[in-house]
Amino acid sequence: MELFVCIKRVPDSAAKIRVAADGKGIDPAGVEHVISPYDEIALEKAVQIKEAAGAGAVTVICFGPAEATKEIRQALAMGADKAIHLKDPGGARGPLGVARVLADNIRARKFDAILFGRQSIDGDNSAVGIIVAQLLGLPVVSLVTKLELKDGVGVAHREAEGGTEVVEVKLPAVFTAQRGLAEPRYPSIKGIMMAKKKPVEEILAPAPSGRLEIEKLSPPAERAAGKIVGEGKAAVPALVKLLRQEAKVI
Amino acid sequence: MPYEAPDFYGIDELLTEDERMIRDAVRGWVEDRVLPVISEHYLNGTFPTDLIPEMAELGLLGAGIDGYGCPGLGAVAYGLILQELERGDSGIRSFASVQGSLVMWPIRHYGSEEQRKRWLPALHKGEAIGCFGLTEPDHGSDPGGMETRAVKQGDRYVLNGAKMWITNGSMADVAVVWAKLDGVVRGFLVEKGTPGFLQRSMGKKFSLRASDTSELVLQDVAVPLGNLMPGVEGLRGPLNCLTQARAGIAWGVCGAAMACYDEARRYALQRTQFGKPIGQFQIIQGKLVEALAEITKMQLLNLRMGRIKEGGKVTPQQVSLAKRNGCHFALEIARTCRQILGANGITAEYQVMRHMCNLESVITYEGTHDIHTLILGHAITGLDAFR
Repeated sequence: MELFVCIKRVPDSAAKIRVAADGKGIDPAGVEHVISPYDEIALEKAVQIKEAAGAGAVTVICFGPAEATKEIRQALAMGADKAIHLKDPGGARGPLGVARVLADNIRARKFDAILFGRQSIDGDNSAVGIIVAQLLGLPVVSLVTKLELKDGVGVAHREAEGGTEVVEVKLPAVFTAQRGLAEPRYPSIKGIMMAKKKPVEEILAPAPSGRLEIEKLSPPAERAAGKIVGEGKAAVPALVKLLRQEAKVI
Repeated sequence: MPYEAPDFYGIDELLTEDERMIRDAVRGWVEDRVLPVISEHYLNGTFPTDLIPEMAELGLLGAGIDGYGCPGLGAVAYGLILQELERGDSGIRSFASVQGSLVMWPIRHYGSEEQRKRWLPALHKGEAIGCFGLTEPDHGSDPGGMETRAVKQGDRYVLNGAKMWITNGSMADVAVVWAKLDGVVRGFLVEKGTPGFLQRSMGKKFSLRASDTSELVLQDVAVPLGNLMPGVEGLRGPLNCLTQARAGIAWGVCGAAMACYDEARRYALQRTQFGKPIGQFQIIQGKLVEALAEITKMQLLNLRMGRIKEGGKVTPQQVSLAKRNGCHFALEIARTCRQILGANGITAEYQVMRHMCNLESVITYEGTHDIHTLILGHAITGLDAFR
């Protein structure tokens, strides 16, 4: 079983994000980066599938800056066998642009499935995995909570409104991981030591098409202060009125 | 709010990528697996045995041991593991220290090939648990007064005596027991279940409650001749083991201090009195600054100690200084931070009092503060207070 897992280097969810001085990016000072958490779930699942099969390989593919070697090494320590680092030459690139880089690189390779996280925790577009599938002409199942790959067929459970949808697809196919698909492991000392020896293929990604430009980033507005309408039972009518008329939630 | 480990001097930059990755893996594990359960274990006086296989899976047990399936990490990486474990609880770190430094280390360095092959892989995988029997009821700081005796009788050594304050003692599958054979201190491996070998939990402690502290009683315990560790004679055997463990303690207590500092800093920002966060009062700021300054010094001291240990040049006295300094200031920091938390600081909702109580043991075991003072006093004056 040849499995590809696409991972993204993102700011740690605990990092305090500040807009950079030019207003077009994030101030990197003091920001730790990690593998996007949903991508870690996808990676864990791929490693588990490979381990259960007792054969095959898991390849992580990361489109990211030179510094992403850290996240790639983390993925190798968590059980991936090899990596492809598509080095980002810089420049703005939306989900379609990123998906093109990935798809162009993956197209000629042999694989049974590509796993993504359901979304990255910085861009939050939930788009790249699905676009890659489209560009490669492959079936895609998103928000997968359970996955079995066997005899050229993938059976994926996905979250649907009010229930679970079970989808059967022919492999190769693309899947995006939802929370619950797998619990990412901590890299063991052995995994960390072995990661250094695993092969990493480095490829310079082409420059972006220039069709997308980021004009301005701004932090979300501060939350308005709460309102205290009164105390005890006496406050109930006023509160109900506000919830009905102003907040419109009841 | 997630834990923010203090690193005021950017010491992270002095670590290798391996060291940082290992530290972060253990930090994450402690956060997810130890912190949610440790208070309950502490209150109940139980050791979380279900965490042993997980520590083994991560490869933490005897991580500094070379060969026999063990990773052979350097002193800094190993120290960082212990720092993170003790950020969880001194009991968890004590478990790992005893297993790695006091059981696996002597077997690796003083054991026979057969003993190494039999025990090291099993101890690393957490399939066997070890303990270290040196201290006796009447001989703590002065282990030379040891009363436990071994006598050779035919194809057996017969051991008699008692050991006290033994971490992992009641659950250990193998005990490294130090006893006098013809007047000379030797190390023996005594297995659980050997007739006459009693392993009894001591119970009733106000400190290290999430740790197995036991006594070992040896009544005519007969072990095969092959259970004698051939590689060392005399008190330097157990003392060299203690040097290993004490280095680990210096790292560990830094983790406990970091946990207390982080909790107190966070609390000082959230707790409002007199209409402002208490962290805005000079007196609280002063306390936090003292804590951060001592933690930063500890981190630098530990890193330097680790690097010279990796170069094979660390002296027992250098280790004494780091152990003594670390325990002293970690305990001071824990007490101060507990006060910053006010009444909340005595509850099990917070970690700080648990660390504070634990550190009373840690400043006592593996050489008390005063004994380390005398070791260092001897080193700088040439005058030996013990003689």
